[in-house]
Amino acid sequence: MKPKHQRLGLAVAGLFAMVGSGLLAMTALKDQAAYFYAPADLKTASVKPGEAIRLGGMVVANSIKRDPDGVTIRFQVSDGKATTNVRFTGIVPDLFKENSGMVGEGSLSSDGTFVADNILAKHDERYMPPQLEGKMHKTETMAQ
Amino acid sequence: MIAEAGHALLWIAAVLAILQFAFGGIGVLRNDREFMANTKPVAIAQGVAALLSFLVLIWLFLITDLSVKLVVSNSHSAKPLLYKFAGTWGNHEGSMLLWVMVLAISGGAVALLEKRLSDRTLSATLAAQALISFGFYAFLIFSSNPFERMPTVPLEGLGLNPLLQDPGLAFHPPTLYIGYVGISIAFSIAVGALITKEVDPAFARAMRPWVLGAWIFLTLGIVAGSYWAYYELGWGGWWFWDPVENASLMPWLAATALLHSVTVLATRDGLRAWTIMLAVVAFSMSMVGTFLVRSGILTSVHSFAVDPERGSFILALLTIYIGGALALFALRASSVKEGTQFELFSREGALVANNLLLSAILGIVFVGTLYPLAAEALTGEKLSVGPPYFNAASAPVAIILILIMAAGPLMKWRKDDWKVVGQRLAVPVLVMALALAAFAIMAPNIGILSFLGFVAAIGVGAASIAPLWKRNLRRTPLFTWGMVISHLGIAVAIIGMASEASFTKETLAAMNIGDTRSVGPYSVTLKDVKPVAGPNWTAVEAKLEVRRGDTLIEERPQARMFSSPVTATNEAAIRTHFDGQIYLVIGEEQPDGRWQIRMWWKPLVSLIWAGGIMVALGGLLALLGRIRRRSAVDLLVRKEALA
Repeated sequence: MKPKHQRLGLAVAGLFAMVGSGLLAMTALKDQAAYFYAPADLKTASVKPGEAIRLGGMVVANSIKRDPDGVTIRFQVSDGKATTNVRFTGIVPDLFKENSGMVGEGSLSSDGTFVADNILAKHDERYMPPQLEGKMHKTETMAQ
Repeated sequence: MIAEAGHALLWIAAVLAILQFAFGGIGVLRNDREFMANTKPVAIAQGVAALLSFLVLIWLFLITDLSVKLVVSNSHSAKPLLYKFAGTWGNHEGSMLLWVMVLAISGGAVALLEKRLSDRTLSATLAAQALISFGFYAFLIFSSNPFERMPTVPLEGLGLNPLLQDPGLAFHPPTLYIGYVGISIAFSIAVGALITKEVDPAFARAMRPWVLGAWIFLTLGIVAGSYWAYYELGWGGWWFWDPVENASLMPWLAATALLHSVTVLATRDGLRAWTIMLAVVAFSMSMVGTFLVRSGILTSVHSFAVDPERGSFILALLTIYIGGALALFALRASSVKEGTQFELFSREGALVANNLLLSAILGIVFVGTLYPLAAEALTGEKLSVGPPYFNAASAPVAIILILIMAAGPLMKWRKDDWKVVGQRLAVPVLVMALALAAFAIMAPNIGILSFLGFVAAIGVGAASIAPLWKRNLRRTPLFTWGMVISHLGIAVAIIGMASEASFTKETLAAMNIGDTRSVGPYSVTLKDVKPVAGPNWTAVEAKLEVRRGDTLIEERPQARMFSSPVTATNEAAIRTHFDGQIYLVIGEEQPDGRWQIRMWWKPLVSLIWAGGIMVALGGLLALLGRIRRRSAVDLLVRKEALA
């Protein structure tokens, strides 16, 4: 094999790998990227039940209800414009409380309730999920 | 006074860096032996100054010197000694000082130990390393001074974030940084060789041990971080594709590719320009990672104070360094001679495929990590890219990669025959087929990713030990052992990952005292819940009786409350058995007096980290093998010279 041909072969292989992974990345991004929603977004966006999304917002005051099984809670999350009902089975993170920000991972059930598989922990009092900062700021200003 | 001494040492190190850059630069430009020779002691002195400065900061933390601002905002006199010590780098300034110290010490180590590079390339390397150091000294001194004093001395410090008060803090950041920043040497050697136009196998043989060393630490640091995130509840488990995790994975992928390409260059004189490029990319990824983690762009337990000025400073530095290196590469690439040719079906060919696929995964992770930031900057839209993207996009590439990993070591350099390689692969392929049949029958519903993971890992596991087949094991070189153990480690880790993903059992219950629940092969009884106290925390602790067959053990998970700063943390009780781990967590007390208890049985989960440690161990063996061979060669050369 001549050097020129080999270099060409390598370049083609490299190009192929790059384009291939780029296409793979793009299709996966298109399917999976924008999966962070606030309650108001959920009203307008067409999110299919069962699709993995994240939901962020404030836990509405006096909305936390406990199921008799002792491990399931139901509460509402608001972004100031709309509220979404949330159901979570598990141990809530230490800083989860009413009137405080939260981000849940999960999916919508057929009745529109967000079923959280996981509620992300706030690391400390100053922590705010980055995606929430803008939205929460709006909420707080509106509440005042 | 002590704090001022630390501050002064930083300045001294910065001045030494300028001097090192000047000496090395003049030496190379004028081809002046004296300047070149003087670069080395300056580099060593710079490393010592940076080390001393860091030791001063440790001392200030150990004695809780409350006249220093950093100590006040991040420490507390009642903190256990270990966390006073490790807390030195549990904050922005301290961790950046650790970063720069590793950079300076790496440079010093090259000056002290590197004997194979030509004097010119070594001087150019040290000059490049000094230039990087200088930028980060400036960053520390002007925007993140760790030695800043308080205007008035307070009575007590604010304390360290309790989530960081964990033995992991003593191990994970230093190992990760040694790897992360240690890869700067590969970058500097590449830049040095580009400047002196000495890109050849000798250069690759000089670079290889440094790449290996950094890669070993990087691997260990990632393994440690993964285990820490696993046992800390709420951090998303052993791998979450969090941007900060990706920030450490990207340099690892590049360094792994570099490790393989540098071998091609050292052994077969191929892939010259590509190896240089990878060395530049690997450290660039470290700097990008530092930017992501330290600029406050991402909010996580890794980002401390959010200060936009710091972010722009690091961004400017990395633009200059990466841009400069790429520009140099573009200018000099044509002067890099064409390497030796090889057939595509050969060991070299497999290593090229390894490099392309690792780069493809790197690209996928890079796009997924930076896309949300770019989208926010351009459109203001906030979105997040999570595990579904990373798994879907990287898994297909990773599976092809590990299949090539199985075949590559069984192929000959230069040229090999399909049939012969096929024969060598017969047994592993048979093992893989058996695994395929076994999983298809016994566990058909575990999900495509886990299924492929198990089957591929078992096949690769068999293939990775095949290079030892019919060899005299005592006379097998250490670096061959290293390769075998690293590759086997990858297979072991993948089995752990697939097992965790598909066979984990979970039970969640609200229990009264005396209640029993079962999880996997275990039954767990809640015996008691009572308050306990530690040096700077109080906790509620559950006493759980865990029974499996005839064996009975007691576990005590805690929910802790720290006093300064006031923070609640959850200390899971985790017990490792030969076939997996049982993971127990106490939650909240219910209004009716029941306690939430969450339990997991995770079969074979420990293999994830055991495999990771094997990967690093393989690296260590390869490094020892190279050093041993080098001293043997040196001895031979000396003997011949004498004769």
